[in-house]
Amino acid sequence: MVSELLASAIRMGLPVLLAALGAVYSERSGVVNIGLEGMMITGSFWGAVGAYYAGPLAGMALAVAASVLMALVHAVVSVTFRVDQIVSGVALNILAYGAARFSSIALFQKATMSPHVQGFTPISVPGLDQVPWLKPLVTNLSPLVVVGFLLVPLSYWVIEKTVFGLRLRAVGENPLAADTLGLKVFHLRYAGVLLSGVLAGLAGAYLSVEHTGMYVEGMTQGKGYIALAAMIFGNWSPVGAMGAALLFGFAESLSFRVVESAVVPYQFIKMIPYALTLVVLAGVLKRTRPPAADGIPYEREEA
Amino acid sequence: MAFLELREVTKRFPGVVANDRISLEIDRGEIRALVGENGAGKSTLMKVLSGLYQPDAGEIRLDGRRVVIDSPRRAIELGIGMVHQHFMLIPRFTVLENIVLGSEPARGGLLREREARRIVGELCQKYEFTLDLGARVEDLSVGAQQRVEILKVLYRGAEILILDEPTAVLAPQEVRELFVNLRHLRDQGKTIIFISHKLDEVLEIADRISVLRRGVLVGTVRREETERAALARMMVGRPVLLELEKGPYRPGEDRLVVEDLTVPGPGGRPAVRRVSLRVRAGEIYGIAGIEGNGQSELVEALSGLRRASAGRILIGGVSVTEATMRRMRPVTEGRVRRARPVAEGRVRRLRELGLAHIPEDRQRRGLILAMTVWENGVLGLHRSPSFARRGWLQVRPIKKHAQSLVREFDIRLPGLDIPVRNVSGGNQQKLILARELGREPTLIVASQPTRGLDIGATEFVRQQLLRARDRGRAVLLVSADLEEVLSLSDRVGVMYGGELVAEFRPGEVTPEEIGHYMLGGRARATEAAVGGTRGADGAGGTGGAGGGVGPAGGTGGAAGADGGVRGRGGAGEAGGTGGGMA
Repeated sequence: MVSELLASAIRMGLPVLLAALGAVYSERSGVVNIGLEGMMITGSFWGAVGAYYAGPLAGMALAVAASVLMALVHAVVSVTFRVDQIVSGVALNILAYGAARFSSIALFQKATMSPHVQGFTPISVPGLDQVPWLKPLVTNLSPLVVVGFLLVPLSYWVIEKTVFGLRLRAVGENPLAADTLGLKVFHLRYAGVLLSGVLAGLAGAYLSVEHTGMYVEGMTQGKGYIALAAMIFGNWSPVGAMGAALLFGFAESLSFRVVESAVVPYQFIKMIPYALTLVVLAGVLKRTRPPAADGIPYEREEA
Repeated sequence: MAFLELREVTKRFPGVVANDRISLEIDRGEIRALVGENGAGKSTLMKVLSGLYQPDAGEIRLDGRRVVIDSPRRAIELGIGMVHQHFMLIPRFTVLENIVLGSEPARGGLLREREARRIVGELCQKYEFTLDLGARVEDLSVGAQQRVEILKVLYRGAEILILDEPTAVLAPQEVRELFVNLRHLRDQGKTIIFISHKLDEVLEIADRISVLRRGVLVGTVRREETERAALARMMVGRPVLLELEKGPYRPGEDRLVVEDLTVPGPGGRPAVRRVSLRVRAGEIYGIAGIEGNGQSELVEALSGLRRASAGRILIGGVSVTEATMRRMRPVTEGRVRRARPVAEGRVRRLRELGLAHIPEDRQRRGLILAMTVWENGVLGLHRSPSFARRGWLQVRPIKKHAQSLVREFDIRLPGLDIPVRNVSGGNQQKLILARELGREPTLIVASQPTRGLDIGATEFVRQQLLRARDRGRAVLLVSADLEEVLSLSDRVGVMYGGELVAEFRPGEVTPEEIGHYMLGGRARATEAAVGGTRGADGAGGTGGAGGGVGPAGGTGGAAGADGGVRGRGGAGEAGGTGGGMA
């Protein structure tokens, strides 16, 4: 029972995790990416399109490509042209919603959903699947779950141990100092934002292709925002983001189970993940420390 | 032949020629000082050298070859390294990370930390720098941060080091340490360009001194062949009054009393710890100390912008601390008014009690840059009946008021209707001063009032503060410029780590001793003296007690007459010392 709940938490938390990891890259480079939600919407739609026509792998690829395109827009607008990052991100979210609806009508003749699509073949961890109480955790897994959790240590390693990571963090902390040392501030910020596009696209595609088996309008349900909250809760670190994502996943899977018991009105139960987001952010914000230049466009002194 | 040669370098900005045909020859292994007022063109010239600006005309030669420095990257390739005045460091990174950032030893994209540590360690050894490479920069003293900046440049193989006002933020001891390091670098063949406007330091460290004035090179002199007054004349173009006119010291009643004040800082940790001081009418109380030792938080608490967690503040005898204010009913014209429980009205209350505040960050807190001169001139007075009627601003009287401020304080403007953003820094500060002093305050809290101003504006601001003092106002002056504090103040307190670690009168203690306090040393002579004086407001008796202790601790001859270093208000009142300050 417990491990079943945990397995459900992992399934629910995965899209939040992927998007939150993306946010870590973007924000450590100094760019707030509130457009994650829009990128996830884009990813969920194009993931379904790709999977519908050419299988799940193509779905992933198409989702990532479309989402990266959105990220590119965000980078151009907010890094190159220094538009307020929040404004740019919100604009993207609105754009993504409309674009998905439009494309859905164009491709599927339906505004709000796609036909059913085929996901990846689920995998099991050999050996461990023989242990009864671990069974729900290690069998019937989406390969993306495995990828997602492997990305956590990988991201930690990239951000903390590589030259790229050091430089990425440097432009997020003090772009002027980085610039005087010859770092390419704009390139690095583009890299951060585009990486967040890749991961948010995967997160969206997971929702449609792996989790639901079809695209449904509004299926992201604000998970992009929750991912942002998870990243903050996780103090801008991959490992922290994972913990927070699992917490949110747990809250969501819990909300499904409690509905079945039907003690409390269903609407209140549905609120749990969102209320949790609010509470967590209100309580934790003081103790976290964002990158010093997070959200501040970098303007090079004009000669 | 000169190692670095500038020929007729010219840099223009819209409306000004920042560098007008400047030619300089600098030898290898020389420490060359570049002095001049703010706006003389020093920084522009150095930005040309470090690749941030492109000259409009002229050429730069390095080792006899003509070079084009089109980016900071190119400058460092050529061996020209800039140590910026505002450190270009990343506080959260370690010393090592800060130094290697941008040219990290790496294999396959992976940072080789051990290798980096070895290289930087060797550099430290070679140039005799002491630094903990694993420490986070945010935990370092300012002096150590500066060493990190210098090492960053050396790590990149700089042969020429440009230091922009490197001593501005250092305590005297740290300056000495820096000079030791610089001489060492010079002896190893490095060339150093040292930008400053502190003539004494320049005369101590430089081999040759070049003077800039309004974009033009006035001349280059050898250190042995010049002296302070001559340099000052070259800089300003006229003889400079290095002494300020100051009336006799006649302190009156306490205008500001701070008792055991504790103020939390940004992280919640106390930034000001149990500070007690009093400022009296007709005196300037100066607070010295390296920046970031609680001065800003103290000023914010005094001016109502930050909540104190413990202790008391009394302005003109009225307690204005948050806790007491909530209960207290402000007494106005003998009538009891409704108490204002919210923090919102606090600053307004303080201002009604006669507080004037000249904030540290004039552009953020002193002015609203997007608003016009006349609007800024009435800020804080906009509720007074002469300027507002039933919520409507009376534009004509307000403009008239602004006009009179502008006249009285000699603010030079093209008009009252321009946004303050387009006014020069000196005139912005004059406008703040005019607004704050123009309403006849009883207590003036001035924080870094001359920072970034040129000599002319600095002189003006200082004179205004002294004039206010002579007219019986109480002035609390907070400044990172030790010279300024010592020359203006009647009494001086030193802050370190949020505490007031020493209190004395200028002239009583040597700069070395002040530096000792600024770096966290305790007042040596004073522990006993404090015991004698704390809490006692009486004059003669305490002065005597302090006097008995002072010489024993070696604070110098003056202490014997004036009382111990931490006289705590008692000492100053010890009769007979009043006129001695002139």
